Amino acid sequence: MIAELGLAALWLAAALCAMQLLAGVLAVAGKGGNLAGLVRPAAIVQGMLALFVLAALIVLFARTDLSVLLVAMNSHSAKPLIFKVAGAWGNHEGSMLLWVTVMGLAGGFVALIDRRLPERTMLATLAAQAFVSLGFYAFLLFSSNPFTRLNPPAIEGAGLNPLLQDLGLAFHPPTLYFGYVGLSVAFSFAVGALVTREVGPLFARAMRPWVLGAWIFLTLGITAGSYWAYYELGWGGWWFWDPVENASLMPWLAATALLHSVGVLASRDALRTWTVMLGVVAFSMSMIGTFLVRSGILTSVHAFAVDPERGAFILVLLAIYIGGALVLFGLNAASIAEGKRFSLVSREGALVVNNVMLSAILAVVLFGTLYPLVTEAFDTRVSVGPPYFNPVGAAFFVPMVLVLMVGPLLRWRQDRLERVGKPLGIVWTALFMTGAILLAATAWIGWLPWIGLMLAAGLAVASWLPLRGRNLRRTPLAVWGMVMAHFGLAVAVAGMASESAFSVEKLVAARAGEQVTVGPWQVQFRGIEPVAGPNWTALEANLTAAYAGSPPVAVQPQARSFWSPPQQTSEAALVTRRFGQLYAVVGEAADGDRWQLRLWWKPFVTLIWLGGVLIALGGLLSLMGRVAFDVRRAFARRRIAMRREDMGR
Amino acid sequence: MSAPPSRPSTRISPWALWVPLIVFLGFLVLVIHGLSRPGSTEVESTMIGKPLPAFTLPPAAGDRPGLSTYDFADEKPRLLNIFASWCVPCAIEAPQLQALSDEGHEVVGVAIRDRREHVAAFLVKHGNPFARIGKDDVSAVQLAIGSSGVPESFVIDGTGVIRYQHIGVIRAEDLPLIREKMREARQ
Repeated sequence: MIAELGLAALWLAAALCAMQLLAGVLAVAGKGGNLAGLVRPAAIVQGMLALFVLAALIVLFARTDLSVLLVAMNSHSAKPLIFKVAGAWGNHEGSMLLWVTVMGLAGGFVALIDRRLPERTMLATLAAQAFVSLGFYAFLLFSSNPFTRLNPPAIEGAGLNPLLQDLGLAFHPPTLYFGYVGLSVAFSFAVGALVTREVGPLFARAMRPWVLGAWIFLTLGITAGSYWAYYELGWGGWWFWDPVENASLMPWLAATALLHSVGVLASRDALRTWTVMLGVVAFSMSMIGTFLVRSGILTSVHAFAVDPERGAFILVLLAIYIGGALVLFGLNAASIAEGKRFSLVSREGALVVNNVMLSAILAVVLFGTLYPLVTEAFDTRVSVGPPYFNPVGAAFFVPMVLVLMVGPLLRWRQDRLERVGKPLGIVWTALFMTGAILLAATAWIGWLPWIGLMLAAGLAVASWLPLRGRNLRRTPLAVWGMVMAHFGLAVAVAGMASESAFSVEKLVAARAGEQVTVGPWQVQFRGIEPVAGPNWTALEANLTAAYAGSPPVAVQPQARSFWSPPQQTSEAALVTRRFGQLYAVVGEAADGDRWQLRLWWKPFVTLIWLGGVLIALGGLLSLMGRVAFDVRRAFARRRIAMRREDMGR
Repeated sequence: MSAPPSRPSTRISPWALWVPLIVFLGFLVLVIHGLSRPGSTEVESTMIGKPLPAFTLPPAAGDRPGLSTYDFADEKPRLLNIFASWCVPCAIEAPQLQALSDEGHEVVGVAIRDRREHVAAFLVKHGNPFARIGKDDVSAVQLAIGSSGVPESFVIDGTGVIRYQHIGVIRAEDLPLIREKMREARQ
């Protein structure tokens, strides 16, 4: 019954979505008559219906209703409840439904609260949003129905990939989805503005919270995904330049560029065409990312959702949305009025340079990700990895960070570099001191880590300089947000550089009682014990580890065997000391009484994710600041209007 | 101070506005070409064309001898199957291996992280197509040969050179391909 209700609601939502599109298009074309009034309510109700559909699916998963094919394929009665619920979106159909739901809710929200845009642009935006949603509804209804019944019902579910049975991962895909969907709203705004050619500060202010919100979620999603890969895969690495990772990084890069250019557009009315372009590109990157992951066109460790037919469907949607938007861009962008001018040495100029650098990095990542496809067309198979991405990416990242140190200190429109010479002196001092200390105090750590640590030191200082001379209590939240995010970037870069510069690795075959030294750690191997969890059994290594002579702590890495489906995972054990981590993995038994242990000491490695969180926090502060400002302004406006009315009487 | 900004903002030529679309079309052409290629589990392993790594494995089950690299150097192509008694897909694969063995192809096995009694029980239950079975307790051979999971199969020619790698279960519909690869290895 619940499944049928869900399906019916899904059809209804799709129908409303079609109505929203039709009414919106007619209204924008000026032929709608009263139809324009339908658009907003349709968007709101559609969002609520989509939410109902998702709730129905979650209930089916929570109850493990095995007469529903999707549940039988992806769940299991023995799974903990939280993973049953997460299982609702841990599969292809469910994740598409989640996408549609979040998109519907976002559209409804825009329809409900946004009164800033000119009404015609607003209608075009909602129509664009409906157009995007409609494709996904069609996808769900015609090729990926999540409510298909199974008759007779399965006796037991086929489980969920145990690698995915992890709290971090249960919430990692939704986080990225919120990001992607936020970008879809930005995309709709961009398309709406392209249709009506009304690109200006109003448009930028309406779009900005969505870009910021999407960007916060993307940042958190990537950070969490990276940490998940780090501790769950048991390889000790935190970024592999895997196609799926790149698929999440590319929208982030585009969103970062968009975030900065939308800021310029909102406060200075410059970069009009560029901002619209980035709005299209950012969402394109999330679609392309989803396509690359889902189609299985690229080989990846994340290949759990591969299906060429679905890939083809997403490709068609991609071609229609992105191709359509880019055609519109080619036709209409030339007639968008030119924005305000500025000189190269100015806040806008620095932001343009950073935008260009971010776009270049995006191009580097996109090219590297697609390159195997290019060579495959000529029958050569290659894989592209860190030897390409790291140095080529750095070639653009380094100048970007250098400009980032200066940019926030510059004035809008026009400035002179000499004016900021003094604060920059401090930054350069920090940068070169760090470089010199590293040269003097440690063995050569390699070019990239060395440059990385210098940049991190410089940026860590530079990021706080915009607060110089300000009354800290009166500094707007958005400025604090910027400072925090830029400082977070410095922290993350420091972590990345330290991880590759200072990590120590030991691989030993140890007998019970043996001692191993890893960096400052004394690790003693006590023995191996079997342990059992709700749906797995494991061999657990009993280790104690003492950091630089302090009292030892227990460390218990496991080799886990799940039985439904049968799969082995390696659960690393981590101990954190002073931002560094001891990372222990237990491997196979080696000749009888010896066990393989893999131990890493990774100084400052946690800074990578701490930095990521700081960046997202910066985004959040900025978002809060902007929203509070908008709300206050809206209230003020209403008060003025009311007072006018009073006086009129 | 009030000098006008020296540089005009980006006034883009109308032609440039079409560049993104052209790039995107290039992307579409590329992926459509990629998608239209026959999707296959056939992985061009870097090990193909290389000789087998040197190994000597003890027997894994009572009546079959163990397996060493030297067993391959008798000008006879073989199908090397990496399996384990604890691996459920391996049981699904068993009939296909039996069929190949019945047709006269020599199938040899490497049992990964397994116990003798478990392997014996597995062979009783699912049939024993193997001429030789080596016992690889630490996945050493598996890793050396470039295999990342079970089951996985390799066609090895009569000089001990790896000619083909098949990742995952050999399904009934894969049999013609395997036969073809065995025939190629004979030449």
